Amino acid sequence: MSVGIVVVSHSRALADAAVELARQMLPGRELAVEVAAGTEDGGLGTDAMAVSAAIEAADGGEGTVVLMDLGSAVLSAETALEFLPDDVRERTTLSAAPLVEGLVGAVVVAAGGASREQVAAEAARGLAPKEAQLR
Amino acid sequence: MNPEELTAWLRRFAELVHEHRDELTALDSAIGDADHGANLDRGMTAVLAALQEAPPADAAALLKKTGATLVSKVGGASGPLYGTLFLRMAGAVDGGFAPALRAGFDGVLARGKAEPGDKTMVDALGPACDVLDAGGSVAEAAQAAADGRDATVPLVARKGRASYLGERSAGHADPGATSTALLLRAAAETLR
Repeated sequence: MSVGIVVVSHSRALADAAVELARQMLPGRELAVEVAAGTEDGGLGTDAMAVSAAIEAADGGEGTVVLMDLGSAVLSAETALEFLPDDVRERTTLSAAPLVEGLVGAVVVAAGGASREQVAAEAARGLAPKEAQLR
Repeated sequence: MNPEELTAWLRRFAELVHEHRDELTALDSAIGDADHGANLDRGMTAVLAALQEAPPADAAALLKKTGATLVSKVGGASGPLYGTLFLRMAGAVDGGFAPALRAGFDGVLARGKAEPGDKTMVDALGPACDVLDAGGSVAEAAQAAADGRDATVPLVARKGRASYLGERSAGHADPGATSTALLLRAAAETLR
């Protein structure tokens, strides 16, 4: 069982596209990636209850790493923790990584069977390749 | 506090948010992402519907349901912030309005990590809590919240989407402080 990944964004389209981009790195491999993005009526926004449900859905026992865009996505993810069962909350990591770069790094190592700490660390160094290129 | 007076408060707040929806959104379009009025209106409409559908038995359950609805339905940052306010109030409402609002305020501080002077709802809610803790009336607390809102006009935003604008965020009242002043005005009109 791998660490699950959750994407929280204001925009459903943005989240789905980021996941599509990241999944390109996983041809033929399985990984639980859940999205909580946008409002019920298809607008821009985040929903803490939807984030909580996505974390539970992505968690197969090894925990989850949650990637977010900005602002209320972060506040909603923090709020979502309150609504999780204690054991699930304890194995949930909210990542400060940039959404796209962090997600790509996270899915690759998660699909490889890495621990939650390793997945979070890989997400956190998501900007490194871009920074090295532009130096 | 009983569920009836809290429901009256929330109903009046929802009315005020609806009446001031365009003003809140205009403030937010000047310094943010232009969604505060619409978001809070949608959230409070959902709260009233949830309370009507299954009226909670006591004050704590009512505040909890209000908070849980807001964190889900608002969409913007005011969802987790107002939602946390009501969720924390639920845990302290047995002591009355003043300790409940103080507990809610502490929750907002912990959730948003804003400090006084950052040009946020904290600048309206903090002064209101101080007045209530000092034994002031709800009407006096509402006045303190309105004064706090007015005092956000010259400030430069340091939190939220408005902080991306830097100096350009000065010159407008903060939308969150403005809606919080409405929350206290609704309290002054409905609570003893």
